[in-house]
Amino acid sequence: MKKIEAIIKPFKLDDVKEALNEIGIQGMTISEVKGYGRQKGHKEIYRGAEYVVDFIPKVKIEVVVPAEMANQVVEKIRQAANTGKLGDGKIFVFSVEEAVRVRTGEKGKDAI
Amino acid sequence: MKLKSLVGTAIFLAMPFSAAFAGDAVLNSGDTAWMIVSTALVMMMTPAGLALFYGGMSRYKNLLNTFAMTFVAYCLSSVIWMMWGYSLSFGTDIGGLIGGLGNVFMMGIEVNSLSGTIPTYVFALFQMTFACITVALVLGSIVDRMKFSSWIVFTVLWVTFVYCPIAHWVWGGGWMATMGALDFAGGTVVHINAGVGGMVLSLILGKRIGYGKEPMFPSSITLTALGAALLWFGWFGFNAGSQLAADGIAGSAFLVTNTSASIAGLSWMSAEWIHNKRPTVLGLASGIVAGLVAITPAAGFVNLPASLVIGLVAGLLGFFCVAVVKQKIGYDDSLDAFGVHGMCGTWGALATGIFANPAVNAGKAGLLYGNPNQLWIQIISIVATAGFTAVGTVIVVYVTKMLTKGLRVEKDDEIQGLDSSIHGERAFEIE
Repeated sequence: MKKIEAIIKPFKLDDVKEALNEIGIQGMTISEVKGYGRQKGHKEIYRGAEYVVDFIPKVKIEVVVPAEMANQVVEKIRQAANTGKLGDGKIFVFSVEEAVRVRTGEKGKDAI
Repeated sequence: MKLKSLVGTAIFLAMPFSAAFAGDAVLNSGDTAWMIVSTALVMMMTPAGLALFYGGMSRYKNLLNTFAMTFVAYCLSSVIWMMWGYSLSFGTDIGGLIGGLGNVFMMGIEVNSLSGTIPTYVFALFQMTFACITVALVLGSIVDRMKFSSWIVFTVLWVTFVYCPIAHWVWGGGWMATMGALDFAGGTVVHINAGVGGMVLSLILGKRIGYGKEPMFPSSITLTALGAALLWFGWFGFNAGSQLAADGIAGSAFLVTNTSASIAGLSWMSAEWIHNKRPTVLGLASGIVAGLVAITPAAGFVNLPASLVIGLVAGLLGFFCVAVVKQKIGYDDSLDAFGVHGMCGTWGALATGIFANPAVNAGKAGLLYGNPNQLWIQIISIVATAGFTAVGTVIVVYVTKMLTKGLRVEKDDEIQGLDSSIHGERAFEIE
């Protein structure tokens, strides 16, 4: 199993969700996060007082899939989240040792 | 035609009567109605207009504390005014310096007492709203760090020993009035006074922890903009009401007030747009207030073209003071009471001496209308007000410090935020 973590622009969340639904991904976890990469922050000026806002709001999507689907899921997310501009985000892939469904106790692929 | 001649006859017929009554004070119901409305408009400027304007600019953790200090300033000043403030300001003159104590607790004033053509009660209430907003304006220099108890003691002392004497000098028949200083609605009494008072208090209090190092974002520019709109609305009562009558000068004051505010909003915004590449809402709101401040002393004396110049300069001056001068010097006038009220109030008082037009207000002429001496009188009134306020405020602040054992909140409380450490409340619950 693989866990795919994608950090994307918040307004792209719906597109990504639909793209993953199309290939049968049934669930995901998202969180609102802040960060910066090459896009960097921006400057705000209030009556002459200048503040640099380093961290920009992003959405983090976490989804766990069978290992053989990982490449397809990554590509789907990449296409759906792409705007071609700085700040589109990053995708990370991790190996997952185990998964358990809380209600039934099912394990492994059955649990995801 | 017919109607015109009828009106003409009516005026002609009425003339001898009004002349006959000129000596005795007679209540005018039109004036009285307008002054009751004006009083309510100016009242709104403090707990609604100023509280929102300042609250939105203070940090999210101090938003309620800013509201609390504004509300408590209004409540305290209202009570003080009726107990002794009115008497000190408008009681029988003592040597041109202060009013007597003959009217404490509104003694000697009855339902039928008149001030000009309006009931004295209405006059006293109208003046009360000015005392309230002036001390509340001082807040702008010191939010985010002052002890609540110190603010309460400061308010009581400052209204009594700083505001009342100056109000007496200018409006209560004191020496500035005798000298011929022109201050229609409070350039010296309200704005220079509050601006200088705020500056002195903020210098003694010291900077906020982290000032200039960490970002201090305004909690809500939306609230600030709404506050500016309410201040603007209330200011029509402030300026047009200061004529104390519903007449042509009141109308003229209304006109120049609105024009000055509008053009100052535009000039501040433009200056910022050129200087910082962005026209901000905070700049627009600040410019509007700067324009209102600057036209205040001049409102009943100047015409429309003068108000365009006064507003235009006020917007640029306000921006320059808070965005350039303050950043260079590095004092922590948190919400710019000095930069906006002190500096634009000074400009307005000077402008009154330049632009006062006898065609607007008979017998009141400035530099441009052949009376350069007026400008000199205005300069004396500005320097005297600023000097008295500075010295008076220093004394009041040190007495306050003694009475409340310090002026500043504990470091931990300041970092945690005053809403929670003083009031045990939060301004928002956002999930």
